[in-house]
Amino acid sequence: MERRPKTLTVLSWLTSVVFIVALYLVLFWAPQEAIMGDVQRVFYFHVSAGWVGALAFLITAIVGGIYLARGEQRWDRAAMASVEIGVVFTFINIVTGSIWARPIWNTWWTWDPRLVTATIMELIYIAYIMLRQGIEDPDRRARFGAVYGIVGFISVPLTFLSIRIFRTIHPVVVGSTDPTAQGAFDMTANMRTAFFFSLFTFTLIYITLLWHRLRLQHKMEMIEERKLRALSA
Amino acid sequence: MIKVRHLVKTFGPKPVLRGLDFHVVQGEFVALLGPNGAGKTTFLRILATLSRPKMGEVIVAGHHLPSEAAAVRRRLGVVSHQPLLYGDLSAEQNLRFYSWMYGIGDLERRMDEVLHLVGLYPRRRDLVREFSRGMQQRLAIGRAILHGPDILLFDEPHTGLDQEAAAMLDGVLREIASAGRTVVMTSHDISRAADLADRVDILSKGVITASESTDSLDSLQLAELYRSVTRV
Amino acid sequence: MTDPIEQKIWLRADGSLKAHLRAIAAIVWKDLAAEFRSRELIGAMLVFAALVILIFNFALELDISTRETVTSGILWVTFAFAGTLGLNRSMAIEKDRGCLDGLLLAPVDRSAIFFGKAIGNLFFMLLVEAIILPMYSVLYNVNLFQPGLILVILLGSIGYTAVGTLLAAMAVQARTRDMLLPILLFPVLIPLLLAAVKASNGFLQGFEIVEIMPWVNVMIAYDVIFIAVAFMVFDFVVEE
Repeated sequence: MERRPKTLTVLSWLTSVVFIVALYLVLFWAPQEAIMGDVQRVFYFHVSAGWVGALAFLITAIVGGIYLARGEQRWDRAAMASVEIGVVFTFINIVTGSIWARPIWNTWWTWDPRLVTATIMELIYIAYIMLRQGIEDPDRRARFGAVYGIVGFISVPLTFLSIRIFRTIHPVVVGSTDPTAQGAFDMTANMRTAFFFSLFTFTLIYITLLWHRLRLQHKMEMIEERKLRALSA
Repeated sequence: MIKVRHLVKTFGPKPVLRGLDFHVVQGEFVALLGPNGAGKTTFLRILATLSRPKMGEVIVAGHHLPSEAAAVRRRLGVVSHQPLLYGDLSAEQNLRFYSWMYGIGDLERRMDEVLHLVGLYPRRRDLVREFSRGMQQRLAIGRAILHGPDILLFDEPHTGLDQEAAAMLDGVLREIASAGRTVVMTSHDISRAADLADRVDILSKGVITASESTDSLDSLQLAELYRSVTRV
Repeated sequence: MTDPIEQKIWLRADGSLKAHLRAIAAIVWKDLAAEFRSRELIGAMLVFAALVILIFNFALELDISTRETVTSGILWVTFAFAGTLGLNRSMAIEKDRGCLDGLLLAPVDRSAIFFGKAIGNLFFMLLVEAIILPMYSVLYNVNLFQPGLILVILLGSIGYTAVGTLLAAMAVQARTRDMLLPILLFPVLIPLLLAAVKASNGFLQGFEIVEIMPWVNVMIAYDVIFIAVAFMVFDFVVEE
């Protein structure tokens, strides 16, 4: 893994271009929502960021499981990289959710299932990082990370279910079943395009960032190894 | 009884054991010497099935580790740095607990026997946290032999003991090591090792750098050998 | 004196299930016996729980009507925090004198260690809850002795100790030991706590069973899922 592979370079460029297109679509091309106005545009990136957060968490749990089964270092590297990205994007999800909520519901925070679940997921991510930081032995660190990643991930759907039974004021966008949900809106065809395109864009961003992060981690480990070899020679 | 080939163990990127070879035949008493950080405790933990080797072959009593670790445990008695005893329980309760864990039959008789052997029978109802270091160590040995293992692993058992306690410990060790027991003991104390063991191996920088029978060398020669192979 | 190390005489040839159960029972017995001698843990948990309840009294202005609605919340917050004391202590005992190695050396399946510790933890937690309930009843003049509530407390405690034992086993091996357990545990516990509070409240206020059942189902699902998960991954947490 010495020179950056061509595929990654191409991918990075592609992602940047796609992102700019997505920005255009979301900010200009998509029609303005009738009731909420321009602030609704936050929604596209809000959901996409949330999607990446959840995806990252899922990946972390899966590669954690693979690490437990195989014991190969690279799976743990992937888990850590995924968590880092997940923390950032979940944070973006929470903040954009807040930005969206303010003008619509006149409050910075809405205690609805999705937002609360996202916050709890963020706390689990942070706990994951703190757990790892508190352990010296690299093998144990990886194992514990994997275990907590799995436990944490399984708890999230249960959390969502629990809170969903508890209360609902979050708009159910693609088909509303709860008539008391405020701020619901139907999407026109153009909106749908912008929406799915942003989902696609953010997924690309996730993959690109993950790849870059993995390479960086690998290089850091190689440096450590060489340092040790030089010191003990 | 114990066969180790090319054992490698790392702590993350840092190598601790670098292709270690080691063997012990049944009934042998081997003392393992080496400077701090050489990997003695790490090695002993691998033999005790408490840690997994990264690479290499480890065969104890005909079983490969770590895959057949469960089968070997019955036959191992381990005394480590720490006493592995519960301070809030009495000596007797500690032994009773381990008797249950190991599935020992005729508990009471066995416990009494062990308590007598390590000289703690009169103190059997006292809490372990009130014991001196020497007494805890003796009880730890009692715990280790409770289930009648034929392979014994001792990790620097004399640490923290005064002369009297250490001498008492030696007595117990000799008694236990008799009758065909296989023993591996790590130690800092060269003369004591020479006294107790059949053979002395020296572990330095992650490999065994010397191996001598104690019949052929006296402790002065051993000390000289030790210095020479552990010099940086 | 007979040779003290005659293997054949001293080890019974046991079926492994019996050995497994015996090991679990041994571990539970050990924790109970140790606690019986020192009585440190139960005392600490009780004092802590009592303090939390008193603090709630000053923090929340509890008039008669409000009291009824917040009771279940206060109870569960109390249990959740007092519980961490027990979990931490239970694992710290094993870590401190290297006793975990002693358990790992025994020829038993590692899951026996998990179940033994978890059942011990559950026992202590139930004991504390059994004392807190009457205490709260007396202090706030609320009748807490309803079978539905008892069931909820049981279900909640089981889930709590299952996940808690697993996470405590990890937390105790980290540098930041004491701080880490609540941080790891509480986010993961939320679905259970929420359901427990709602179900408790339902029983206390006499709601229809049909309204309470979803919550009880969530708790049962949580318990089953996490006992299974904890039991499966526990090996990776204790072994090297």
